[in-house]
Amino acid sequence: MPLIHRLVTGLALLLAGAFAPALQAATVTIACGASAPEIEHCMKHAEAWAKKTGHTVRNFTQPANATAALAVYRQLFAARSGDIDIIRVDIIWPGILKDHLIDLKPYSRGTESEHFPAIVANNTVDGKLLGMPWYTDTGLLFYRTDLLQKYGRPPPITWDEMATTAAIVQAGERATGAKDFQGFVFQAKSSESLTCNAIEWIASFGGGRLVDDQGAITINNPQAARALATAAKWIGTISSVGVLNYAEEDARGVFQNGQALFMRNWPYAWSLAQSPDSPVRGKVGVSALPRGDGPGARHAGTLGGWQLSVTRYSKHPAVAADLVLHMASAAVQKDRAIRGSFNPTRPALYKDPAVIAANAFMANLLGTFEESVARPSGVAGLKYPSVSLALTNTAHDVLARKTTPEAAVRKLEGQLKLVRRERW
Amino acid sequence: MNNRVRTAWLFLAPMLLLMGVVAVWPLLRSVWFAFTETNINNLGASRFIGLENFFGPYGLFFNPNYVDGFWASDWGTAIRNTFQFAFVSVALETLAGLGLALLLNQEFKGRTFVRTAVLVPWAIPTIVSAKMWGWMLHDQFGVVNQLLLDWGLIAEKIAWTADAGTAMWSVVAVDVWKTTPFMALLILAALQTLPKDCYEAARVDGVHPLRLFWKVTLPLIRQPLLVAMVFRLLDALRVFDLIYVLTSNDSSTISMSGLVMREMVDAGNVGFGSAASTSLFLIIMLSALLFLRVTRVKLAESA
Repeated sequence: MPLIHRLVTGLALLLAGAFAPALQAATVTIACGASAPEIEHCMKHAEAWAKKTGHTVRNFTQPANATAALAVYRQLFAARSGDIDIIRVDIIWPGILKDHLIDLKPYSRGTESEHFPAIVANNTVDGKLLGMPWYTDTGLLFYRTDLLQKYGRPPPITWDEMATTAAIVQAGERATGAKDFQGFVFQAKSSESLTCNAIEWIASFGGGRLVDDQGAITINNPQAARALATAAKWIGTISSVGVLNYAEEDARGVFQNGQALFMRNWPYAWSLAQSPDSPVRGKVGVSALPRGDGPGARHAGTLGGWQLSVTRYSKHPAVAADLVLHMASAAVQKDRAIRGSFNPTRPALYKDPAVIAANAFMANLLGTFEESVARPSGVAGLKYPSVSLALTNTAHDVLARKTTPEAAVRKLEGQLKLVRRERW
Repeated sequence: MNNRVRTAWLFLAPMLLLMGVVAVWPLLRSVWFAFTETNINNLGASRFIGLENFFGPYGLFFNPNYVDGFWASDWGTAIRNTFQFAFVSVALETLAGLGLALLLNQEFKGRTFVRTAVLVPWAIPTIVSAKMWGWMLHDQFGVVNQLLLDWGLIAEKIAWTADAGTAMWSVVAVDVWKTTPFMALLILAALQTLPKDCYEAARVDGVHPLRLFWKVTLPLIRQPLLVAMVFRLLDALRVFDLIYVLTSNDSSTISMSGLVMREMVDAGNVGFGSAASTSLFLIIMLSALLFLRVTRVKLAESA
């Protein structure tokens, strides 16, 4: 916003405050996201709302690392800070932040029933709707259609097929001069991203998801160890050792530059891979992540996604809630789906021709989205961050070959007991 | 109390008050938290649990749940990493700094310029230099890999900051790059106070320069050198930013401060995190005392 504009708005605010308290315009701060496209696709709609209502809206850029973002919010809440009115809440946070968010039911007038019931249930704690669903995520497999065709390979159904195809294409591409070409890139940096990746591997082998719904620690099982062993085999063969320090954007950088055949990432990568300046535009396909084998094997993508919530310390909760409902509305979600491939949380939009035209995979993968694996955040509550850290460190150690998968799941079981203490 | 003393206290009062508010109170509070189970969710709702955060089934030390022994636990690993980092980097920095200082102590053209120029790495904030080196050491686009490949020194790109085998050495290398100027400057200051007559006499007697260094220079700068090493050691033992930004902060590089940050901030376990930070404080204090004891450094003139 230009300075003049800001000054005029400020002056108008002052005057409004002095003469017409009933029509007071408020300044609302919203945490839109972390990356430039996220902020752009969010602030566009927030600014439109501000123009319509006469309020002012400011962006707060949260850390890209979700663990760090959560830490920032928890520190702000411990200090009862009202600096940020609306925060972007990860699907795993409602249980952790429940004491610091307001109930949106009085403002939503029942519109939450238009969203996926599973997400609304996730966001409802002790009968309070703590966040409006904004967009949903699940882990997906991105692949290069042109290269699969060149080598005559189908999109992989199992992890073994994925590894075989990746090895063939990687060897072929390297032989033709692309010396840094990688078969598969994913996220193995010690962060929440690795937790999401690891849960996908373990669940796809039927190894559970660390802690079951009753709170029992289930990680120490042979299928979980096999899942980790499978992933460890990729490092140094079809994936460079560098993925041990990759988060989402690092992986996308490699894939979008045409340096990788397969990538595990969230749906947002689709619209960026298809953007006009992308070297892989028109050569990208999306499918569900491969499955493992053995008892209980399945395709498993980790359920992600973000909600918008109003903090308890906001000075203008009603105004902030109004902005939240605007951002979660069908019109805004549709535009964000078309331009940014942010998956809507409203099932009706998956039948919208314009949304499907822009993101063919959304219609095909509706089932994948609905069957995503949830992280054990509900059962672990406040202790979930420690659970996730323990899994991250274990998975990282296995991938770095510092420990064997069998020893790792045994040690992880012990660590989770330490985290749980007497009860979750 | 006479008037002068009262005035002195009056002038000191604002500073003492400020110290109390920003240093003493948080410190005491953090020590208190170490004896409680507290989550950042509600700092008011802490429960006193005595020494449970330190010892016993959920504590830092003597924990029966450490199935593979203390040194394989997160806290044991962090202690090992930190000491490994501190010893190696301080040793290398001292050697490199000493060499640099001896060089800069010589008369040559443009000496003032070079003396200023070597300070640049020290002047760059650690976060910035860590980020900068992170890019230079990047496995795919990093300039270091490119140069080594071009010169034929390595056959394929190395993931310096990600590979468990090289991550800690990358951290050490960047720290040495950054802190050598600091050591060099302190040692140079000591070198410049040395009496000229010893050297004149040595020159007249025709003593070999190496012998001169071992018998004259080194003993004379021993005290300042050791003080500089204590400074660096204390600094290195609480390393955090460099490791946090440069590496994945996993078990191959995480430091004691990193673990404190992870427990207290990322996981929100203020009680357990405070116990770790209190232990960190005690460990650093003991190390410093031990170092001073072994090397018999006198920090005060009267001692």
